[in-house]
Amino acid sequence: MTFGPCCDVAWGIHRDVTLSDGALLIDRRGLETLFQALGSQGYTVIAPTVRDGAIVYDEVDGIEELPAGVTDIQQPGSYRLSTRDDGALFGYAVGPHSWKKYLFRSEAVVFRARLDAERGFVPSEAGEPAATRYAFVGVRACEVAAIEVQDRVFLEGSHRERDYESRRDGAFVIAVQCGEPGGTCFCVSMHTGPRAESGFDLALTELVDAQLHEFVVEVGSARGGAIMASVPSRPAQSRDLGAARAVSDRAASRMGRTMESDGLPQRLAELLEHPQWDDVASRCLSCTNCTLVCPTCFCSSVEDTTDLTGTEAIRTRRWDSCFTLDHSYIHGGSVRASTRDQYRQWLTHKLSTWVDQFGTSGCVGCGRCITWCPVGIDLTAEVAALLAPAD
Amino acid sequence: MSERGMHDLLGEHPFFAGMPSEYLELLAGCARNEVFRAGALIGREGDPAERFYVVRSGRVAVGIHVPQHEPLVIATLGPGDVLGWSWLFAPHAWRFDAVATHETHAIGLDGLCLRAKCDADPALGYEVVQRFARILVQRLEATRVQLADLYGKADAR
Amino acid sequence: MRPRPHQVLEVKIETADVTTIVVAPIDAEPPLVARAGQFNMLWMFGIGEVPISVSRIRRDGALVHTIRAVGVVTSALAGLDAGGVVGVRGPFGTGWDVDSAAGRDLVVVGGGIGLAPLRPVVEHVLANRGDYGRVSVLVGARTPKDIVFGEDIDQWQHSDLGVDVQVTVDVAGAEWPGHVGVVTDLIASAHFEPARTIAFVCGPEAMMRFATRALQELAVPLERIRLSAERNMQCAIAQCGHCQLGDVFVCRDGPVLAAARLLPLLAVRGR
Repeated sequence: MTFGPCCDVAWGIHRDVTLSDGALLIDRRGLETLFQALGSQGYTVIAPTVRDGAIVYDEVDGIEELPAGVTDIQQPGSYRLSTRDDGALFGYAVGPHSWKKYLFRSEAVVFRARLDAERGFVPSEAGEPAATRYAFVGVRACEVAAIEVQDRVFLEGSHRERDYESRRDGAFVIAVQCGEPGGTCFCVSMHTGPRAESGFDLALTELVDAQLHEFVVEVGSARGGAIMASVPSRPAQSRDLGAARAVSDRAASRMGRTMESDGLPQRLAELLEHPQWDDVASRCLSCTNCTLVCPTCFCSSVEDTTDLTGTEAIRTRRWDSCFTLDHSYIHGGSVRASTRDQYRQWLTHKLSTWVDQFGTSGCVGCGRCITWCPVGIDLTAEVAALLAPAD
Repeated sequence: MSERGMHDLLGEHPFFAGMPSEYLELLAGCARNEVFRAGALIGREGDPAERFYVVRSGRVAVGIHVPQHEPLVIATLGPGDVLGWSWLFAPHAWRFDAVATHETHAIGLDGLCLRAKCDADPALGYEVVQRFARILVQRLEATRVQLADLYGKADAR
Repeated sequence: MRPRPHQVLEVKIETADVTTIVVAPIDAEPPLVARAGQFNMLWMFGIGEVPISVSRIRRDGALVHTIRAVGVVTSALAGLDAGGVVGVRGPFGTGWDVDSAAGRDLVVVGGGIGLAPLRPVVEHVLANRGDYGRVSVLVGARTPKDIVFGEDIDQWQHSDLGVDVQVTVDVAGAEWPGHVGVVTDLIASAHFEPARTIAFVCGPEAMMRFATRALQELAVPLERIRLSAERNMQCAIAQCGHCQLGDVFVCRDGPVLAAARLLPLLAVRGR
């Protein structure tokens, strides 16, 4: 049984789970019980919730904090919440947050060191250990893909990033199969969704209409199966599975955007002097929003400071962006000094050189960079302009 | 030295590499061997530039005299190089100082003699001017690289 | 990745803005062992960290780094006295791979502070002179006062090991007995057989491009010309993203790269 577009192994998605393998059905009360079970197992539950006019990811106490009956309307440079009358808990696309903020934190202490008369200085054990184990509820297929992309950066090179690793290892991932793609979504083009096929402990498909409100639960790991033992459920029937399939199929057919992705890495590598870079540079504000909302962007910089006595040094790592001049600074000036250079670096890294570096695209098609760009630059449109045959 | 010997000496110098033998013969008629002791002034800014030199051995410093400043050397020339092109253009005066920093053996070519031969045989003139033009372009490129001050303090650029 | 505390054993002022420090670990861990062309991240307590290549390979475990003071951290490093403390992470990056040049003619071209990562190459070659064919060491600097490792260069010139060492400066006073001109001029007059030559070039990016072109004009294949790239290196482990140059993480895939690989990347301006 397959759903949506076929998935290329090179893009990091493997289909391990089919919808019929022991899928379960729970209702809203079952979901509530699942939240409680996660809490009693020591997980801090992070889920979508409405705050300041947006759906963000934050710690929740129960399903009543989920954005029930809320949806979002997304367009380039535009994000608005709206209501839906079916009371769906997951009836929206992704917002400004991504799970990156819990795994690859926007700011983290790398190490502290104390001056020492005999030993020069004594560095502390690395970083602050992740005391918190997170359960992420409502992780979309594109976000599962994004987490796997960052895994390659932080865990699969010569050095494992310890802070990321400790957070990632502890995280319990509950995916939600998208039913409501946003106006800037294009996961189908990037072969990352709308169905998550693996990379989760549990995956929910929300079935909601006038009569019922249920969730088909796919079990993606042993611990996912174990926690479901404490949640009242019944085996999903073929009718339920069919309905879940229809949710994903419908989502796949309603993508807000498409992007030409065949041979894209190689084709972009040939277009580095294209006039379109100047065109987009005339609109781009170098504000860094796209890199901050991107769930795969991983650039960071460090800052060294001391306490007031000068005896303790602290190295802090913060998210950085390739749209800043400091990003490419070597003594004398910045290598990527213009917006054109910076935008080209961002887009070609994301869609082209990322593949050379990590064997996967750096773009998962979530559309955040389009929605949250203050001037509405749409990378799918930029790519289309770059690839368009010359006049 | 016989003209035959001078002909061969010129032919061996990189500046004249591949030049037709009959031209070498014409040039040899204007050429003579010269030796400069270390420290010898070969040409001085403003002085008449009566000849140019193809350097066979040693080293020549080309410099600028700057008042209240020690002489500034802007290029050194060694075996295989050519010194002086002021002979080619009016007013035929040295534009820089040229000093032998080491004992230097060179072939000096008489500018007046050479100009007369070039005027009489434009094909020879073209050949000679072309070779000088190539050297000029190389020097210009090198000067541009020097001007870029690549090693200098970044913030001073 | 935490720096290990090292103590400064020696400080040598090379030029007005270039200083060499020799450091050894204070902790009980085994010393860090770097290859020619590799770099370490040197950390000044609470100030910051910079990538500095090793400028000499020592057998006693001490690390030798030559630093040009151009910023806050490099100035602090250059201001260290013997007994001072510096943090070290490393070694990182690719090296020159001197062994790959065995049996071949070797041309070493160092411009300015770019001679620092090449000094271990020259010293290795001198110590294993029989393994190499003709060896040329071509050094460029701004003025005679800016030549780093003057004493070493003098020794190399006067060794009886048959190494052709040439130095040129961009501008000089009349007392300077050597070459004045660009380092590419030295390439044209050096003696080597292009078909069997390996060239290691390090210096400002533009100088490396000119030098590579001069070598190419003499028919040295691009694959056998190696250059050392400079980009903003912070984490040194291909995780912070700053040093990217096309698909290359300079900290991990470089800094030493074949010209055939690096030049096409540099050809795209603002990359």
